[in-house]
Amino acid sequence: MIRIANGQGFWGDWLEAPVRLVDQGPIDYLCLDYLAEITMSIVQKQKLEDPQLGYARDFPPLMGRLAKRLKERGITVIANAGGVNPVECAREVKRLAPDLKVAVVLGDDLYDRVDSLLAQGHTLANMDTGEPLATVRDRILSANAYIGAFPLVEALRTGAQVVIAGRCTDTALALAPMIHRFGWQETDWDLLAAGTIAGHIVECGAQCTGGNCQVDWQTIPDFANIGYPIVEAEPDGTFTITKHPGTGGRIHSDVVKEQLLYELGDPKNYITPDCIADFTTIRLADTGADRVTVSGIKGRPRTPSLKVSIAYQYGWKATGSLVYSWPEAYAKARLAERIVRERLSQLGLEFEEVWAEVLGFNACHGPAALPVPDVPEVQLRIGVRGPDRKQVDRFTRELIPLVLSGPPTATGFGDGRPPVREVVAYWPALVPREAIQTRVEVIA
Amino acid sequence: MKIPLSQIAHARSGDKGDTANIGVIAYAEKHYPILLREVTAERVKTFFGSFVQGRVERFELPNLGALNFLLHESLGGGGTLSLRIDAQGKTYGAALLRMEIEVTPGEL
Repeated sequence: MIRIANGQGFWGDWLEAPVRLVDQGPIDYLCLDYLAEITMSIVQKQKLEDPQLGYARDFPPLMGRLAKRLKERGITVIANAGGVNPVECAREVKRLAPDLKVAVVLGDDLYDRVDSLLAQGHTLANMDTGEPLATVRDRILSANAYIGAFPLVEALRTGAQVVIAGRCTDTALALAPMIHRFGWQETDWDLLAAGTIAGHIVECGAQCTGGNCQVDWQTIPDFANIGYPIVEAEPDGTFTITKHPGTGGRIHSDVVKEQLLYELGDPKNYITPDCIADFTTIRLADTGADRVTVSGIKGRPRTPSLKVSIAYQYGWKATGSLVYSWPEAYAKARLAERIVRERLSQLGLEFEEVWAEVLGFNACHGPAALPVPDVPEVQLRIGVRGPDRKQVDRFTRELIPLVLSGPPTATGFGDGRPPVREVVAYWPALVPREAIQTRVEVIA
Repeated sequence: MKIPLSQIAHARSGDKGDTANIGVIAYAEKHYPILLREVTAERVKTFFGSFVQGRVERFELPNLGALNFLLHESLGGGGTLSLRIDAQGKTYGAALLRMEIEVTPGEL
């Protein structure tokens, strides 16, 4: 049995979580998932400004802080902290933790290969709309193929104590040590599916240990000290989800079911670079306090393609708000919305979308919201999105004047006019597996 | 008789681009057939009204006593484009639990 922990569900997750996983009980592998789709375009921009950046900057200091303990306890770290610059990330880790052996996985970054891929006849057409990539070619900010667990396994085979990848799948982080230690093969579809589903359960950190859980949330103990998840993996593909004793949170089959369904599409066809996992074959059993054992998982052969995520400059947006108090707060907010829309129209401003919603009334649930009587206060939130930065900027001046010139009891304007933000959009595409060659480098 | 879905099920929701997903899970296995009968794709689409511009798909997970719904074009463009406060549909699961379903006392 090996213990694989996940101490980070996204870049910005709780900084103490990985430290506590190392300190509060035994683990063999510490996985850290830093990359959301939006993260790739952010790190690409940072790299364009400074060629030594472009990775999750929280990661090297964490390795410096944990270096001694990782070495003493024989814990290996696997992280997709590399962003679009895994080599510089690794160099910074070596600078702060010189005693750790560090390996990087390269080959997912296609930013400099887009034109050559197109020239070779790979259309990189949008998976959802079918549009050719030429539509947005000159606005691309980043392009990465999602790579699976086997390139990470190659890095583990070097004996590295820290493995840094760029855009690997979230599930590959936890699957890789199982393949490495149990000798699973590239065609062991059931085993690869089992490890993939283990990775899916833990990839969002504490969301499988009681975080964001609807079941009896009022009684979930000690959120402030919530335990992050640990997979106790067996060579036959069964595994148990648990956490260190004495930590907060709760692990129960109801909690694990919620996370299994999180961001799920077709449950019979969960496609990763490593396999296709069938979520309708999963068997769950509560096997002790804060222990859920998972078995029975079936998988099918991997697809011939890899997914590519391309980020491109889309346009601009801004969102501002005003608060209206009782009485008739909702009616005042909707009148203010009509005034703003009329003024935008008078100015001749054109946007792709103008969206208004009323927080405290129905912003989250829309037509599905619980009808409520006259509420104490609401927040009107109005946003616009469009291709022209100047027009979006002009919109940001149209809210605050209503404090003096619109319906009564407007407040909540203390932050001034809202900032204009760049909109980065995503272009999902496929490439044949053979077009992507990964390689591993040990950083001296 | 009519009961809110929350009496027999819990839920979690999330996003993939402009598509929201809602996993609806029966607390007790014996209530899964009620979910199958009462919580149809059509009813979910109607419940969310103008929030769902596209179609609603339903998938069955009898092994977990659960249904998974995909609500296409329901997040105002999704992820980075969306102007909505809940651009990732994080609260859609809670919303759906308010839906009323029809059951017989013997089923509960």
